[in-house]
Amino acid sequence: MVERVLRAPAQYWLLIVMWIRSVLAYPASFVLMLVGSTLVNLTDFVAVLIMFSHITAFGGFTFGEMALLYATSSLALGLADLITGSVERVGERIRTGAFDAYLIRPVPAFLQAAADGFALRRLGRPLQAGTVLVIALSKVDIDWTVARGIMFVVSVVTGAIIFGSLFVLGAAFQFVSIDSAELANSATYGGQALTQFPLTIFGKEIVRAVTFVVPLAFVNYYPVLFVLGKPAPLGLPSWIGLLSPLVAAAMVGLASLGWRAGLRRYRSTGS
Amino acid sequence: MGVYWAIAVRSFRRFSTYRIATVSGVFTNSVFGFILCGVYLTLWRERPGLGGYDVPDALTFVWLQQGMLAPVGIFGATTTNELGERVRSGEIAVDLYRPTQLLLWWLSVDFGRAAFQLLARGGVPMVVGALVFDLKFPSSVWLWPVVVLGLVLGILVSFTIRYLVALSGFWITDSRGMEQLALVLSLFFAGTILPLVAFPGWIGVVARATPWAATMQVPIDIWLGRNPGGTGAALLFQVGWLLVLLLTAQLITTVATRKVVIHGG
Repeated sequence: MVERVLRAPAQYWLLIVMWIRSVLAYPASFVLMLVGSTLVNLTDFVAVLIMFSHITAFGGFTFGEMALLYATSSLALGLADLITGSVERVGERIRTGAFDAYLIRPVPAFLQAAADGFALRRLGRPLQAGTVLVIALSKVDIDWTVARGIMFVVSVVTGAIIFGSLFVLGAAFQFVSIDSAELANSATYGGQALTQFPLTIFGKEIVRAVTFVVPLAFVNYYPVLFVLGKPAPLGLPSWIGLLSPLVAAAMVGLASLGWRAGLRRYRSTGS
Repeated sequence: MGVYWAIAVRSFRRFSTYRIATVSGVFTNSVFGFILCGVYLTLWRERPGLGGYDVPDALTFVWLQQGMLAPVGIFGATTTNELGERVRSGEIAVDLYRPTQLLLWWLSVDFGRAAFQLLARGGVPMVVGALVFDLKFPSSVWLWPVVVLGLVLGILVSFTIRYLVALSGFWITDSRGMEQLALVLSLFFAGTILPLVAFPGWIGVVARATPWAATMQVPIDIWLGRNPGGTGAALLFQVGWLLVLLLTAQLITTVATRKVVIHGG
């Protein structure tokens, strides 16, 4: 078991290198896709810019603070999408029966599914989010302490893990209902659309839901509140953001159970 | 004519078999609808009357938009993506020796898809939204045919753009890069990221003049009765773009089929 886990990164790397080579076979198209992917994500941020051409504060957040929320949310999703986003293609593999091929190769099916059609163009989102992050940090006056610094860096990683787990759970669900790839989008891309805004604007019920049901608030909202020294909503303690590594670990456990349960249900197709 | 109708009917049936995909699409549209309503409520509370919209206008915009994303094909559509794929793989050769017009063939395929998605996915987000929020509906019965006409024109304009993008594969082999760029333009200028009425100054003027505006913002404004020049001018704007794009599409088709090289033998 331990040996299998240790071998996984090298196996994953081999698989994605293969996909990267295949996409670079059409260089012009790849450059267009990378530029396109960066620009697609930029449009979200342009929406924020346009909004701030009309207003000065949004739900109690200044432009710089909004940019910080946006950048952390987009960076977390971007990294998760780059590494595990391809797993949503599993539904198509199940429908056509091509999933069989994964089961007879000497690499875990999960790694193959996660690397399937690895899209290097998805670097566009982390690149764009990183740029916004630099802008945000230059605009916001943060009283940096060691705890806040560590929290900030850790939260990007844990946020990516939370989103990654949601991608895997969505894919696992496709073993039950093939063709439901779009359903997971409401948690992942929808989660990003939600967490780029101060969550309190959506009302208390939504804040409760994304704290206790689908823990999207731990991706970036609570960590950013902690870094900015803002109080947490619902009377929660201001250090609640520190719990995000625990939440991420729980999500990984859940995703792993979900994937295994899905894999056990798999039956090949054909008539 | 009969053959194109038959193609559209079969395309409609094909898409009607993806039931779970349809349901999960509607669910996702509704989730995004609620997120956007939260954002727009905050924005319009800070700046009442932004872009000439009141709060019910802005919220109705959200739910109409969510219903139209799939039928109009704002993120691209399966049908035109398949056309691009066929150009890349060379399967387009089969399409070219059919005794039909390439443009009309794919127009029929896309129309069948759009008709199904409009019926199955178009109205549901509006109903979900209307259960929670106070939304606007066209004020009189005779406006409904006009709304439908605006929607159909929007779908056709969107099709011609997506068709041209797919045909770019005749020159650059792989149209996926162009699809990605077209997605950016469509997200930005159709009013998906924010209603075009909220775009300030010259960006707003430019955005409202593009063909993408004719795909979503203009039909929604027809529904809301918010077109700056009135509904007649809005329909003319759509028809104008449709004619220009259709002619371009036919011209490009002719040029592309002359230069096509299919490998193999």
